[in-house]
Amino acid sequence: MKRMFLAVGAVVLGISAGIAADDPIHARQELMKANGQAAKNVVAILKGQAPFKLATVQAALKTFIDTADKAPALFPPGSDKGKTHALPAIWTDKSDFEAHFAKLGADSKAALAKITDEASFKADFPPIFKDCGSCHQKYRAKEQ
Amino acid sequence: MRVLAALVALALVGAVAFWVLTAPAELDPKIAQAMREPGDAKAGELVFWAGGCAACHAKSGDLSKLGGGAALNTPFGPIHPPNISPDREDGIGAWSAAQFAHALYDGVGAQGQHLYPAFPYPSYRHMSVVDARNLWAFLRTLPPVKGRAPPPGFRFPFNIRRAVGIWKRLYLSPLDPPEPVAAADTADFGRYLVQGAGHCGECHTPRDFLGGMIASKALSGAPVPDGKGKSPNITPAGLSKWSVSDAETALSLGITPDGDSLGDAMAAVVTDLGHLPKAYLTAIARYLKR
Repeated sequence: MKRMFLAVGAVVLGISAGIAADDPIHARQELMKANGQAAKNVVAILKGQAPFKLATVQAALKTFIDTADKAPALFPPGSDKGKTHALPAIWTDKSDFEAHFAKLGADSKAALAKITDEASFKADFPPIFKDCGSCHQKYRAKEQ
Repeated sequence: MRVLAALVALALVGAVAFWVLTAPAELDPKIAQAMREPGDAKAGELVFWAGGCAACHAKSGDLSKLGGGAALNTPFGPIHPPNISPDREDGIGAWSAAQFAHALYDGVGAQGQHLYPAFPYPSYRHMSVVDARNLWAFLRTLPPVKGRAPPPGFRFPFNIRRAVGIWKRLYLSPLDPPEPVAAADTADFGRYLVQGAGHCGECHTPRDFLGGMIASKALSGAPVPDGKGKSPNITPAGLSKWSVSDAETALSLGITPDGDSLGDAMAAVVTDLGHLPKAYLTAIARYLKR
């Protein structure tokens, strides 16, 4: 029985790994969904709709750092075709595109080190949203 | 022979009629007079950010350098936002305040030529003269930048600049700049910003085949002229799931209630709006959610 679980687990893992490799559009959209959820949690605190929790803020920053690590590899040539809002500039200006992820990663790491309480959160978190916007400005189409 | 003479006469009448109908308007002398008074550059900076000038006229990076921005790819061809820095040769440094008002309100350039309505004067004409004057004063404080934008790459017949005169007759409301509206977190000030300096309708209001905004469908969403996607519906119906504070957060941080971040041209708008006092964004949010 235990062995069967392991086997099923291995298959599931294999499939999810396969999805990342075979379906980069889906994989990068999942990363962006996670970012969206993280941003939503943080905005709720900024707006005073949820109490400040350092763990929530740190989890959000770690999600951004994870994206900055993984996302650049999820835009292989040819993945501009399909159900995607990705703009062609990603592939014509690849180094600038990747620099945006590098900046998101670096800024999120710096914020993770700096944010210790509600005051530092309110000062140091919002600028990260500019990284989202500046990349989406050039590389993502508006709603379909 | 008689027929030929008649045709020539008809063509001549047509040409004269075209010339008369497309003549650029003179600036209202009352506005020219009012523009002579000194403006308040500090107040003008707020008009500058509300107007999103940098979003089009600056390259990203240094938003105070208005040497001209990236091309706008319209359905009629590409057009390049020009240099509006105070450089005397390449920018608008040699202009008078009245010439600036003429461009802002009537879409007429310093040589008396029509400006294409990619420059949002159909919206800017809903700004008060005090705001126009203050904006001019602020623009004069920015650093001069060298370089000129290439001419528009419009296809025929849209490359006939004079024909913009016909467009104006079709789509421009009579010029009647409003009195200044007190800057406060009210829906009334929000309306003033949305319809005037903010020029939200230029992207969010659908246009007809000649590029005129369809007033009855104001702010109900429109396809992005260049590339894919859509500027969303920002009428109260379109924003029914948003609260005032959601709209304010979207404008200040660029983050929607779903945690999505605004992209494309709106990201540059958010960058500009980020320089405004919170009350301005609350005002816009309150008006949109009216």
